[in-house]
Amino acid sequence: MSESRIVYPYIPNSVPEVKAQMLKEVGASNITELYSEIPEHLKIQRKMNLPEPILDEYSLRRHVEGLLDRNQNCKNYLSFLGAGCAQHFVPAVCDEINGRGEFLTAYVGESYADHGKWQALFEYASLMGELLDMDILSCPLYDGSAAVGTALRMAARVRGRGQVLLPRSMSPDTLSIVKNYLQGIGAPQVAIEMINFDTETGLLDLDDLRSKISDNTAAVLIENPSYLGFIETQAEEIGTIARDAGADLIVQTDPISLGALAPPAHYGADFACGDFQPLGMHMQCGGGQGGFVAAHDDMKYIAEFKDLMFGLTETVKDGEWGFGEVLYDRTSYGSREKGKEYTGTTTGLLAITAGVYLSLMGPKGMEEVSQTIMQKSQYTALRISQIPGLRLAFSTPFFKEFVVNFDDTNTSVGEVNRRLLEHKIFGGKDVSAEFPELGQSALYCVTEIMTQKDIDSLVQALTASTQ
Amino acid sequence: MGRDNETLLRKFHQARWDEEIIFEQSVPGERGVLVPKAESQIQDAVGDGVSVIPDNLRRKTPAALPEVNQVRVNRHFMRLSQETLGTDVTIDISQGTCTMKYSPKIQEHIATRDPGVAEVHPLQDENTIQGILEIYHHLEQFLQEISGLEYFTFQPGGGAQAVYTNASIIRAYHASRGDHQRDEIITTMFSHPCDAASPATAGYKVITLMPDSGGYPDLGALKAAISERTAGIFITNPEDTGIYNPNIEEYVKSAHGAGALCAYDQANANGMLGIARAKEAGFDLCHFNVHKTFSAPHCCMGPAMGAVGVRTELAKFLPTPTIEFDGQRYSLNYDHPESIGKVRSFWGNAAIAVKAYAWIMQLGADGLREAAECAVLNNNYMEKKLREVPGVVVQYAEGKRRMEQVRYSWDKLQKDTGVGTDDVNRRLVDYGIQHYWTSHHPWIVPEPFTLEPCESYSKDDIDEYVAALRQISKEAYENPDLVKNAPHNSVVHRVPAPSIDEPERIAVTWRQYLKKREAGGG
Repeated sequence: MSESRIVYPYIPNSVPEVKAQMLKEVGASNITELYSEIPEHLKIQRKMNLPEPILDEYSLRRHVEGLLDRNQNCKNYLSFLGAGCAQHFVPAVCDEINGRGEFLTAYVGESYADHGKWQALFEYASLMGELLDMDILSCPLYDGSAAVGTALRMAARVRGRGQVLLPRSMSPDTLSIVKNYLQGIGAPQVAIEMINFDTETGLLDLDDLRSKISDNTAAVLIENPSYLGFIETQAEEIGTIARDAGADLIVQTDPISLGALAPPAHYGADFACGDFQPLGMHMQCGGGQGGFVAAHDDMKYIAEFKDLMFGLTETVKDGEWGFGEVLYDRTSYGSREKGKEYTGTTTGLLAITAGVYLSLMGPKGMEEVSQTIMQKSQYTALRISQIPGLRLAFSTPFFKEFVVNFDDTNTSVGEVNRRLLEHKIFGGKDVSAEFPELGQSALYCVTEIMTQKDIDSLVQALTASTQ
Repeated sequence: MGRDNETLLRKFHQARWDEEIIFEQSVPGERGVLVPKAESQIQDAVGDGVSVIPDNLRRKTPAALPEVNQVRVNRHFMRLSQETLGTDVTIDISQGTCTMKYSPKIQEHIATRDPGVAEVHPLQDENTIQGILEIYHHLEQFLQEISGLEYFTFQPGGGAQAVYTNASIIRAYHASRGDHQRDEIITTMFSHPCDAASPATAGYKVITLMPDSGGYPDLGALKAAISERTAGIFITNPEDTGIYNPNIEEYVKSAHGAGALCAYDQANANGMLGIARAKEAGFDLCHFNVHKTFSAPHCCMGPAMGAVGVRTELAKFLPTPTIEFDGQRYSLNYDHPESIGKVRSFWGNAAIAVKAYAWIMQLGADGLREAAECAVLNNNYMEKKLREVPGVVVQYAEGKRRMEQVRYSWDKLQKDTGVGTDDVNRRLVDYGIQHYWTSHHPWIVPEPFTLEPCESYSKDDIDEYVAALRQISKEAYENPDLVKNAPHNSVVHRVPAPSIDEPERIAVTWRQYLKKREAGGG
């Protein structure tokens, strides 16, 4: 049997008889005729050089799983990695819902056939709105970093100003993404100025902030909790400084902290933004990220959102919920280059999952999970700080993550982390190169899933790896 | 019993649960899930954990989230899923330009359930993620062969972000040459709106070529627009009309002649796999929508992946990290001083990379070509059948073969009956078929609808789809109100003004809705 006689299960009309019948219908004697518009010299004159196919499903599974088996993962190792992606508990209902074929394979269908999708995304926005105590969210963004970039550009448009102030303690990856996002031709479209931080506390240097803020400042960004884990305890004061200068306060937050920490709106934020990966998403090697931007109910802010917004309304039938597009012409779907930034396919299914998560958790669940994370991370930090040679980099309260300094162990973080692998532990992210002023330091992340036994294992392994 | 053998129509009714908003289901005190607690020894050591938060940063009132038991939460979202017409349950020829192909279940079962993907942290030691890195490496090799371009990144989270990445690379390329005068990008009206919007977001002025009488982007207008200010062109081929532009080289040469780069938006690549490539047409950059062409599911608009490919001399501008192989070991290389930096966190969506890898491995070179050929055959077959439906018009390129999709028009139907494409679209769901994609804005083709019967659909699927449109056309001529008042058998009924733009009615969250209702709007 020649290769062309293969009938592919995902290509129904690869059945030769069907194909022949269809060719006849369209008046072509062979498939090549259908490509008559393509000049011969632009065609590939050979078969593509790809591996021999693994046609049957079972063998394909064996092959791909064989590759994936070469990975270790955070189920068979203990992971203290965070830095924007963390292992949290995922309620089974989250997986059940986002595994539903109807959601998994839907796309841009309108609000009748896809009413359920529209409602689920409306509920995502509504539930996040309650967590953040803010009224306005759009459909989701790519990730927390994209959300920061968009919030900064929104503020620049609202304020009609050309500069933003960012904390130098922020995530270097986010900064890299934001820099590229604010860049223009020959010069940035929105200029970025970095504000120093105190290396003892991690907190923003308010004198530096006051000296750099001006009537060209559109926004001051803080992370709370920050990339390095500490809580920016001066947040309210920073908001006042921003407001006095006519600038917006943008707070990037970790949504899973908001059962314990005040939502940014409570201390003067004009925008809250961040990544909802902690809310029901598996890490998926970075595939679980999803971004949100929230603002208050004010048309001058609403008009600057760049992504689709689904509004609740009623149908022609009494008492029946329906949905409709809100201010479609804001988006680049409606207005091409005149839209607010660009929009596209982002992370809809993950947003639906975050909605399921928040529905399950309720107010009490969010309160408890925030508290458990604080207790377990504080306990881990306490135990680590008792290991000879190890100390916490900052004295400030933190949420979920904290920086451990290894300078007094005469061992690099890289070496410690290699030794921890032998104990089946992924140590904290090495931030020594990102923040040289912090010396040999690692960012440890502890979530609600860690047990006391897990933490004890880490402490033992760290002790053994640093002595 | 079942679908009518004569008409191919089915007596469909979509699930209609009349489901409340989740907030309306709240019962004070109910719990949806319980949360791990800290052990008593931990509590003894650190106390309540939250007292360390300064008072002004403590949450004083719990979030006003609904309190719903797990049974009801699960039921609620199950019902919402049933009220969604995913490609798994409908003949989704509808969403043209989106390539709604079947996403093989085997991929889903591997990529989302295997802890070797699901429970991997992207910052794990490289030695513990060799399997995923190998998959990325091979996927890059596959796309190199499919496109002819030499280097790829899989970092972008979707097609529009991939176009933004390409605009950023073009920006970095000209800046690296000290060429700061190039502040214009040229695209075409029948390219996706992101080909205009993403470069605009990168700081470019955008010039859009309108179609000429043949439906091709106006070459004369291109030559007039190209200058020393042109940084690049962003173009699809075939465009969203399904028309392949045989003179594509001339557009590319014009751009190159003026020192501009050419970016190929390959969102419409599905009919081209193994047939023609970006390289031979002279492009410098391209991108594929992995969630379209390479079978990963569309997921209610993501997560997704845009794969960006470039020629060798542009590789130094790609986002970091790149994935490299020294013959023994795979690694992540962050050392690219001229890189545009990062465009998305970490290094892309691994689960989607696994799915695309599996799809290509299962089909191989012959299978990819078979997919492309069947997609084009399906499209030609469907076009032939639809041209026979009263009220359907096909504009442009008369007598020419289209590739994988066609932008049709109900202009004649609208003029004859007053029933326009939006009306037909609402009615379509009454036959169990997802709403079709009309067109991006602005509508150049009047009363448009864009269908893409990709390789996943059988001849019978296409016949059923055409039968539904033929029936709706008949209804429009005989009883236009039936169509205009549709849908009748969907989840909900017609929304009188589907755009809700008045400030007193905007309700994008439940809390905003309640406030508006209290204020007398809503």
